[in-house]
Amino acid sequence: MINWFVKTFPNVAALGWTGDAGWGTAIFQTLFMTFWSAIFGGFLGIVFGLLLVLTKPGGVLANRFWHNVIDKLISILRAIPFIILLALIAPVTQKIVGTQIGMKAALVPLTVGVFPFFARQVQVALESVDAGKIEAAQALGATTKDLIFDVYLKESRGELIRISTVTLISLIGLTAMAGAVGAGGLGNTAISYGYNRFANDVTVVATLLVVLLILLVQLVGDLLVKKLSHQRRR
Amino acid sequence: MAQIELKHISVDFSGQDAVRDVSLDIEQGDILGVIGYSGAGKSTLVRTINLLQQPSKGTVKVNGQVLFANGQQQVSAKQLQASRRKIGMIFQNFNLLEEATVFENVAFALKHAGLPDDELEQRVNHLLELVDLQSKAEAYPVQLSGGQQQRVAIARALANKPDILLSDEATSALDPKTTKQILDLLYRLNKKLGLTIVLITHEMDAVKQIASKIAVMKNGRVIEQGPLLDVFLQPKQKLTQEFVGGALEVQEILEKYHFQNLAPQEQLVQLVYQITDVTQSVLADLDQAIGTKASILYGNVEQIGGQPVGTLAVLLPLTPEQEQTAKEFLASRHVLATKLDKEVLTDD
Ligand SMILES: Nc1ncnc2c1ncn2[C@@H]1O[C@H](COP(=O)(O)OP(=O)(O)OP(=O)(O)O)[C@@H](O)[C@H]1O
Ligand SMILES: [Mg+2]
Repeated sequence: MINWFVKTFPNVAALGWTGDAGWGTAIFQTLFMTFWSAIFGGFLGIVFGLLLVLTKPGGVLANRFWHNVIDKLISILRAIPFIILLALIAPVTQKIVGTQIGMKAALVPLTVGVFPFFARQVQVALESVDAGKIEAAQALGATTKDLIFDVYLKESRGELIRISTVTLISLIGLTAMAGAVGAGGLGNTAISYGYNRFANDVTVVATLLVVLLILLVQLVGDLLVKKLSHQRRR
Repeated sequence: MAQIELKHISVDFSGQDAVRDVSLDIEQGDILGVIGYSGAGKSTLVRTINLLQQPSKGTVKVNGQVLFANGQQQVSAKQLQASRRKIGMIFQNFNLLEEATVFENVAFALKHAGLPDDELEQRVNHLLELVDLQSKAEAYPVQLSGGQQQRVAIARALANKPDILLSDEATSALDPKTTKQILDLLYRLNKKLGLTIVLITHEMDAVKQIASKIAVMKNGRVIEQGPLLDVFLQPKQKLTQEFVGGALEVQEILEKYHFQNLAPQEQLVQLVYQITDVTQSVLADLDQAIGTKASILYGNVEQIGGQPVGTLAVLLPLTPEQEQTAKEFLASRHVLATKLDKEVLTDD
């Protein structure tokens, strides 16, 4: 079995598990980048999504000025293609992380790249919460904090998990792109050790691993939605 | 001092006046039915009581506390939240939290009540018992029928022991049987807890069943208000007559069959009266007074504010003299008589 594998995919086996070019290292780097940028980007996305909904005209904290500012900021950030963002943001990354290369450095552009995208979806998810629920909660004397956590976030949790799944999947795509410009990970393996060295088997295996990861995320996401959502079908 | 005092309330939605200069006093223990056609401003007016809707003008005073005056909220956000906990509200669409169980929905209302866990649980269970839903504590709203959901909403609205319950079309999405259940429940709560209820509806039947007072709205104004029976027996406005008398229905039936065939001296008259003594027949006495026989085309008895009220549509062959006699007789017996071409014969 192992012999067969080494024979059929010589280049794949040659990279080994550990070491700079190892599969284990690449997988770890991809997971590391995905996980932390999902945490940071997810947090910022929820905060900005919430702010958009709360400050909108007629909202719980209606404020036209801040609503416009945040709205424009998100639109502009979202309009920058990720590959350009990587270059554009390099000086900022240098300031925050102390270097422009490697997986830690990649977290800055990944976070900035993903959060506006996520914030917009959070905004849509939160707006799907029936205004009647907000009103009923207010009539019960709910505080703004209650409205945020018990009504907006909790009532849209099924939708939030769904959009998180979608976002996580596109984030994995972004890590592959970041990998191509020196952040490591499976994207880097596919390009640097596969494509650039004419080692097709490496490219194929790296791709399979990325696809597997994405399918896993989708599966877990779907299960969670099923388990946590009690909304009437619309 | 009334429990709820609305003074000169106006609500202006960017140029469009939804409520215009309405003053309304609601006494402790009242069940006030607010009726009017769609868009009359009923919801907007009632939502000013707990300031879900800020008025553009006027004063809102609840339980002696001025919540709104001089174009501004008079209490802090925190105080308003505390006041709102003493004003329950239920809605047409129930508006329950769908990701929370029945128990959690009620507990949500008690979040700031400062109860220890065991007391909280006790209170929630007690409330669920009150609306007969103990067995559904762990269910999610999606698993309940409309009537059950509304009962959860009622339990939730009562969690903080409010003295006032605002009901905005709370039975409009329910079938007649469930509607009756909910109305009966509200009536019991009013009697048992002395709960003041403001009942917005466009179903006159609901008002007839449980209201003690009534306010009729049109184009943002309250055009008529008073004790239910008084308004029912002596509606002053045409719109009120339409609502209370079911006159439209009677007239439609009669128009079809009788208006065309009336002899010159015959008149169609609707009689509405409170039945105080079943041994007295208004109609027999009327026949005697005018010396001619009225024939009944339509008759109905219903409970209005707990009092039986009769409605008759009769055909009367009247000379001008007899008409005068009839008017006097009907007035002396407090019968509201309306010519079905809509000219009121008597006012009392
Ligand atoms: N938030 C709002 N913004 C603008 N106009 C509004 C708003 N809410 C209500 N209106 C308008 O105010 C008027 C009164 O509305 P309201 O909802 O109070 O009527 P209603 O008597 O409760 O009617 P219904 O029986 O249909 O519930 C309507 O013309 C409505 O279009
Ligand atoms: Mg309404």
